[in-house]
Amino acid sequence: MKKLLPYISFCFVLLLSSFIARPTADGYKVGDKATDFKLKNIDGKMVTLADNKAAKGYIVVFTCNTCPFAKAYESRIVDLNTKYAPKGYPVVAINPNDPAVAPGDSYADMQKKKYAFPYLVDESQQVAKTYGATRTPHLYVLTRQGNEFVVSYIGAIDDNSEDAKLVKTKYVENAMTEILAGKPATTNSTKAIGCTIKWKRA
Amino acid sequence: MPLPKPLLLSFSLLFAAPAFAQNVAVIKFPELQKRLARPTDTTYVVNFWATWCAPCIKELPAFEQLRAANAGKKVKVLLVSMDYASQLDKKVKPFVKQRGLKSEVVLLNEPDPNSWMDKLDAKWSGALPFTLIINNKTKQRATFEQELSQTQLTAALQKFLK
Repeated sequence: MKKLLPYISFCFVLLLSSFIARPTADGYKVGDKATDFKLKNIDGKMVTLADNKAAKGYIVVFTCNTCPFAKAYESRIVDLNTKYAPKGYPVVAINPNDPAVAPGDSYADMQKKKYAFPYLVDESQQVAKTYGATRTPHLYVLTRQGNEFVVSYIGAIDDNSEDAKLVKTKYVENAMTEILAGKPATTNSTKAIGCTIKWKRA
Repeated sequence: MPLPKPLLLSFSLLFAAPAFAQNVAVIKFPELQKRLARPTDTTYVVNFWATWCAPCIKELPAFEQLRAANAGKKVKVLLVSMDYASQLDKKVKPFVKQRGLKSEVVLLNEPDPNSWMDKLDAKWSGALPFTLIINNKTKQRATFEQELSQTQLTAALQKFLK
């Protein structure tokens, strides 16, 4: 048994390391319950999903200051909030980037943004990992079921990042139309190019 | 008769070892798909990158090095730029020239990633850089949605060359 102990502890460490390894494509899928989070907004206040009792859901966007794709979509994210906040689905933006890797994503740089919705810092990057976010922008629509929130859509905003005027399919808006009508989204998962989330260096 | 200075300058510019700059072909997804589906025993190392993607630019030398190190083997390095086609002359070509990239560079001109990404690889969520190593003869396939170091890249390819 004594001889086995180092072996067993090695296996245990190996098992443990598989949990703390870099995040993979795992995370939420459509239909999963999204756990609430508590993250600091750029106004210094803490924000949770449970705060807003009137919300029928949320449009959660992992985004940042620095990624060219996040910049290209910034005004479209603002428009999503303008359109869907009055319908009960406000935008919640979360910046998961490590400012040590992406200096333009520091809390001070985030504070330069003036959004009508929260812009939260995911300092531990745990929320991004839990959601399975891999890139910016990466969007999730959550729908309220009682006190819980269910993931109803994951993916892209639309089909043309370069030019909003050339967009043919507005993926998230199509999904929202169905979700607001109480139906599941026909296209509930889409893909987009984006910048890798700047994970903390191990 | 001495040449007038401007002419001399233009001559010297012309012959001052002009940097080799490859042409960057603009392709659509079906063309890329066809190239990657060929029943060849060549191992393809396909790296999706963009001039705006910092981690991509950081790992590009590793791919260039890999190409040089495996020049005599059946290994093909293909760098697929995800820059917008509108940036071909402004960004991509100058970048390729400035870096003197020797691996083949193509620009994938597809504005809607959702229309093709799953056909390339269902596991790819869309973050750059993304690397696909594929050998159709041995039916081996490996994907990496992350930045690769020289060591990681070499080790990944080694599995295909055994």
